[in-house]
Amino acid sequence: MVGYIGPNGAGKSTTIKMLTGILSPSHGTLRVAGIDPSRERTRLAQHIGVVFGQRTTLWWDLPLIDSYQLMRRMYRIPDARFRANLDRCVELLDLSALLPVPVRQLSLGQRMRGDIAAALLHDPAVLYLDEPTIGLDVVSKAKVRGFLRDLNAEAGTTVLLTTHDLQDIEHLCKRVMVIDHGRLMYDGELAGLHEIGESERTLVVDLEEELPPIAVDGARVVRTEGPRQWLAFPASASAAPLVTAVASAYPLVDLSVREPDIEAVIAKMYADRATLG
Amino acid sequence: MGDGLRAYGFIVAMWVRSTLTYRASFAMTVFGSFTATAFDFIAILLMFSHVDALGGYSLGEIAFLYGTTGTAFGLTELLMGSVSRLGHRVRDGTLDTLLVRPVPVLVQVAADRFALRRIGRLAQGLFVLVYALFVIEVHWTPVKVLMVPMMLLSGAAIFAAVFVAGAAFQFVAQDASEVQNAFTYGGNTLLQYPPSIFAKDLVRGVTFVLPLAFVNWVPALYVLDRENPIGLPQWLAFLPPLVAVGCCALAGLAWRAGLRSYRSTGS
Amino acid sequence: MVRLYAAVAAGGFRRYATYRMATAAGVFTNTVFGFVMAYTYSALWDARPRLGGYDQPQALAYVWIGQALFAASALFGGGFEDELIARIRTGDIAIDLYRPVDLQLWWLAGDVGRALFQLIGRGVIPMALGALAFDIALPGSPLTWLAFLLAVFLGFVVSFAVRYLVALSAFWLMDGAGAAQVASLSGMFFTGMLLPLNVFPGLLGEIARALPWSALLQIPADIYLGTHTGWGLVRAYAFQGGWALALLAVGRLLQMVATRRVVVQGG
Repeated sequence: MVGYIGPNGAGKSTTIKMLTGILSPSHGTLRVAGIDPSRERTRLAQHIGVVFGQRTTLWWDLPLIDSYQLMRRMYRIPDARFRANLDRCVELLDLSALLPVPVRQLSLGQRMRGDIAAALLHDPAVLYLDEPTIGLDVVSKAKVRGFLRDLNAEAGTTVLLTTHDLQDIEHLCKRVMVIDHGRLMYDGELAGLHEIGESERTLVVDLEEELPPIAVDGARVVRTEGPRQWLAFPASASAAPLVTAVASAYPLVDLSVREPDIEAVIAKMYADRATLG
Repeated sequence: MGDGLRAYGFIVAMWVRSTLTYRASFAMTVFGSFTATAFDFIAILLMFSHVDALGGYSLGEIAFLYGTTGTAFGLTELLMGSVSRLGHRVRDGTLDTLLVRPVPVLVQVAADRFALRRIGRLAQGLFVLVYALFVIEVHWTPVKVLMVPMMLLSGAAIFAAVFVAGAAFQFVAQDASEVQNAFTYGGNTLLQYPPSIFAKDLVRGVTFVLPLAFVNWVPALYVLDRENPIGLPQWLAFLPPLVAVGCCALAGLAWRAGLRSYRSTGS
Repeated sequence: MVRLYAAVAAGGFRRYATYRMATAAGVFTNTVFGFVMAYTYSALWDARPRLGGYDQPQALAYVWIGQALFAASALFGGGFEDELIARIRTGDIAIDLYRPVDLQLWWLAGDVGRALFQLIGRGVIPMALGALAFDIALPGSPLTWLAFLLAVFLGFVVSFAVRYLVALSAFWLMDGAGAAQVASLSGMFFTGMLLPLNVFPGLLGEIARALPWSALLQIPADIYLGTHTGWGLVRAYAFQGGWALALLAVGRLLQMVATRRVVVQGG
């Protein structure tokens, strides 16, 4: 599962549109499963599934099940396979109560689940998700993420995900690509992104009383709030010696380590680039 | 081609099924479509309450013109009328969703929201045509008899080309669906009346530039044994099928050019 | 208060002014239909000079007045109804009712803005083109123009009042489309858009001329053509004003009943 991130206007949606054949690239070549998308758009369609977060591929005025029946005939899905795929999606995405409901009456989260199922009925080799969690509530987001994780693990479907919700990436993707204005800025493991960003982890300590900022080697206080203090230290360093150092010098009640969020990492990356450029 | 027709068939079938679930509402809209169309003809009847001929044509002859264009246009509007919503789909970005499916976009656009109520317009056109066939005094020959179905089919194809070309134009100008109306609904209204009442330049324009005259005027004048007002020879009456093929080819090219120029908007 | 409604009207004007392409397309369509109708009227008045008391230039002026008022006075319906019906259906209307403004005046103000834009944006050009291409009757004095514009305004208010009733029907009818359809069909026939109402024969003509729709096009056109002068002009205005007040009053009554319903239901 590949995550594709970048700020607004970076070219994420444009990339998806080129990969699906909606747009043809102004120069350069492009192959998806050996097919040139814009030249053989309808042939490619058999091999890919697409979910647009902002607009549905379902038929607005028809019941959800009718949309699936249309998909079955459009993609010429054999009956047995259609049944099996539909049953699995209905079960995992919790759709059974929604099948007779016209799409326009579905909530955003329900519609998104319906859309994801529609994109998978014909067993696509590649699934494109353009902002699949945009506008969803926390529960719906969790449901969608859980389903996608299982899909990738069990069916082995390649998933390409664009998002600006970095939690999607943290929950789902091993490989991440960061682009800005069409330029690839990073391509690799999620963990590697942290290193590149030279990010910092945070040790949050609760002291017995309010004290001036703690002074320890290898960390600096970035914030204090009553008896609680936040200490930043390099993500590559181990937290253990730091904890020992703090505990030996100060009256400690509780502590926790916060992982760096990639939002900060990416922000840092852009900032670095800006100063370099 | 076969694939496209098959897809058109099952998308339309789905919409028809969904329309028929609300029978009362459906019946009412069919009635509305029939009545709205019938008003045109009632206006002609009102005119004939004051005169015996319009531009030298009797009521029956005008009914023949009205019925032939009305039937051809009604058929096309029923089957392809939805393509005029293309600009709407470009504007709201939903065209993208059609582009990722393994069915030609034109087929999907034509079958989308298939409106069975438009059968009211088709029925009204047929109704007037049947009336005309009863009342006109024509020396029928086998050729003239065959000319009638030929006119209807070629006419429907010419109108289809106008619909598709108009939709292609909406790739460029998304708010311009009214321009399309001028050529489709406006063209149909024009052809309801005899060519003799219009300026000759207008008749030349719809013969040689936008060949709507081949929908009914040219072949109908042959059936009715009438002189062509711009002096065209009679054998042109056999050309509508060829004109239809030509128009459809051009419209197809326009559609492809339009689709290629499409730049998806939004994210 | 007046300033508030003026601002709403200005908003309505600006909103329609942003659709430039649609406006241009509408002008084109109105012009095409105007041409087709002008030729049919020419043929009709050639066959029956002085039909309905009009000479040919007057009949042709009638055609182009119809095209000029088509969008502004919403002769076939359209304008604000869909939006108001949608608000009633979704229940958003409850919010509107708690605003410290009068619901009917609010929508009237917005529609005045729309009509004013469409009179200028969609009316002037077809009328001017019609006057260039055909020999149409023109008022001799500026006072006739003023009298005409006042009649257009009163006709527009009648049109608004009818459409407001149509929209309010959505409080009681499941499908507001039914009422809209009936209103639109009546508009097509009884405004005189197809044929001047004074050409309608016998009893049909008398009924048509007494219905509110005759205030939209027939009366303004007759004032433009100098048919009503002196007390006749006053009577014509009284007819329009009477229908406007009566229909607005019914709208107000329905609005009161509907409001009570909404309030009782707790919004």
